[in-house]
Amino acid sequence: MAEKMAMAKAINESLRRALDADPKVLVMGEDVGKLGGVFRVTDGLQKDFGESRVIDTPLAESGIVGTAIGLALRGYRPVVEIQFDGFVFPAYDQIVTQLAKMHARSLGKVKLPVVVRIPYGGGIGAVEHHSESPEALFAHVAGLKVVSPSNSSDAYWMMQQAIQSDDPIIYFEPKRRYWDKAEVDPEAIPAPLHKARVVREGTDLTLAAYGPMVKLCHEAADAAAEEGKSLEVLDLRSVSPLDFDAVQASVEKTRRLVVVHEAPVFFGSGAEIAARITERCFYHLEAPVLRVGGYHAPYPPARLEEEYLPDLDRVLDAVDRSLAY
Amino acid sequence: MTVESSAARKPRRTAAGKAGTAGDTTGAAGTKRTTRSTAGKGTDPELVQLLTPEGKRVKNAEYDAYVAGITPDELRGLYRDMVLTRRFDAEATALQRQGELGLWASLLGQEAAQIGSGRATREDDYVFPTYREHGVAWCRGVDPTNLLGMFRGVNNGGWDPNSNNFHLYTIVIGSQTLHATGYAMGIAKDGADSAVIAYFGDGASSQGDVAESFTFSAVYNAPVVFFCQNNQWAISEPTERQTRVPLYQRAQGYGFPGVRVDGNDVLACLAVTKWALERARNGEGPTLVEAYTYRMGAHTTSDDPSRYRGDEERLAWEAKDPILRLRRYLEASNHTDEGFFAELEAESETLGRRVREAVRAMPDPDHFAIFENAYADGHALVDEERAQFAAYQASFAEEGGH
Repeated sequence: MAEKMAMAKAINESLRRALDADPKVLVMGEDVGKLGGVFRVTDGLQKDFGESRVIDTPLAESGIVGTAIGLALRGYRPVVEIQFDGFVFPAYDQIVTQLAKMHARSLGKVKLPVVVRIPYGGGIGAVEHHSESPEALFAHVAGLKVVSPSNSSDAYWMMQQAIQSDDPIIYFEPKRRYWDKAEVDPEAIPAPLHKARVVREGTDLTLAAYGPMVKLCHEAADAAAEEGKSLEVLDLRSVSPLDFDAVQASVEKTRRLVVVHEAPVFFGSGAEIAARITERCFYHLEAPVLRVGGYHAPYPPARLEEEYLPDLDRVLDAVDRSLAY
Repeated sequence: MTVESSAARKPRRTAAGKAGTAGDTTGAAGTKRTTRSTAGKGTDPELVQLLTPEGKRVKNAEYDAYVAGITPDELRGLYRDMVLTRRFDAEATALQRQGELGLWASLLGQEAAQIGSGRATREDDYVFPTYREHGVAWCRGVDPTNLLGMFRGVNNGGWDPNSNNFHLYTIVIGSQTLHATGYAMGIAKDGADSAVIAYFGDGASSQGDVAESFTFSAVYNAPVVFFCQNNQWAISEPTERQTRVPLYQRAQGYGFPGVRVDGNDVLACLAVTKWALERARNGEGPTLVEAYTYRMGAHTTSDDPSRYRGDEERLAWEAKDPILRLRRYLEASNHTDEGFFAELEAESETLGRRVREAVRAMPDPDHFAIFENAYADGHALVDEERAQFAAYQASFAEEGGH
């Protein structure tokens, strides 16, 4: 039965369902047990499933991912939490050189069904290393899949699918949307994990986003509608693989594309989308693909993050520039 | 895996089995050693040795039990393992020099550490090697020709890790110690009595992953043996560049025992590893074994040791050669005759020929192998790029071939 719940709660419910369904599923990370995680995403799981299923780990990110690999080799399906985006880098070596490659190196004999949960992105007034969006760094690595839900329902179902996948999946949770509520129907038939979805139909321009920026794009489409512009909003949902067919279909309809993400624009996912869509849709495009995102600068202190992060005006400005061609 | 299989391999386990019956000795010895090692007896290295370089059997109150029941046949088996492993290694080195392999990491000098520890493992144990554990692979039953594919450049692994419970070689230094720890945590969760052994070198002891694996294994009491082959050199950097205290003493700070064993003494390596594996099986947690040995050759065939170390050092270690040492003991004990050595020599030559022929016969991988197994469940981009690649390849055929 459908129920309205916050995204953090939806992920919690999803983990609970997975732990319940499969004794091989484990939840691991710093403070995930008694505390329930610093965002309480794993609240109550250790109480219900015990310390051997929901494992408080030493404070060592490489150790968390490296031991999760070993557990996966033994037949477990670990879901590990990296406490914050900026803390994933001590584990980056294990993720990139080991987790991503072992299936290929073993000629398919070894599967590593590991989910790495990373609360990511800004907008919560945190100190440095707590607000970054490193998704492009992972999408660039063959062997990894990268997803990011934008709402409670996707958060719930994409977690189920990520845990069931035999590939390692980096699951980016938009932490500033943790408390946004939406309907979750545990009986639903979910969309495929790596398919994008048109979440708002439009005819004049396509806004493509994922994770925390989908909501902003909705707001931008609302504001643009007041000015008589019809914007289509595409929730990409998966960064790798990325559903270029969906982007292409939308662009062939609207002929204009603006990609919005929090990560720095330079060498980011928007750059990849712009390049491929330019190849695929060159004769459909009325304007160059534009990108709205972070600057090529360290994520700023909290008092400046509103200047750094894409906001309504920057998205609408890009929309205007595109429509002006 | 395996009550049956371990029972089937009983002969190899005789020594430990006997120690087990003395049983409580096993436990008692373990406890005693824990106290001693964690208490740390100053910085003087205590080298567990059962065979001197001259091949004399010396008594060791704590570890003799673990090889007490070893038969002459088993001793000859250890000798054979070391000789064949050295022969295989020499062949691979030669093949690299002949341009058949892109690179080779020789184990020359480390045969005792690898055969002793490798033969201490049980079939249901799991081994996580670095990239030099050719002797351990041999003990695990991995066909040595399988080890050569990655060095020839036809694959990045080349064997099914689960066929012999011998994981793929790991190039990034120390990463596998965490995989070993996680695997061991899984064994504990399963309630199995298997154990894990993770190999690494003295250089790897500087890596954060090794430190983290010590932390995790201690915290979760994981059944893992850390087997550090201190071969004195991390490429050109001596052990003093990695640590200022004997490596085995590292364990003390993590709360588990560390033992330094003569890495050129196959009996001592066998005994100490059996002890450590039994501790793991008995739920007593991790152990660090530092096998004090020497890399007689280069780090890899790309390396030039003459730039950073003198001949005297090597000559001093050659006097402690692990194979020579066991031969002297076997001969002094009348466990062998000339026929044994002649047969082994012939077997070595056969192995060398087989390896040589197998390497030369290795086909290049299919072009499409680039895309194979990038993902278990597939990936749209990989499919797209594979199709582009196929079209590109086909274009040559259409043009009549370039």
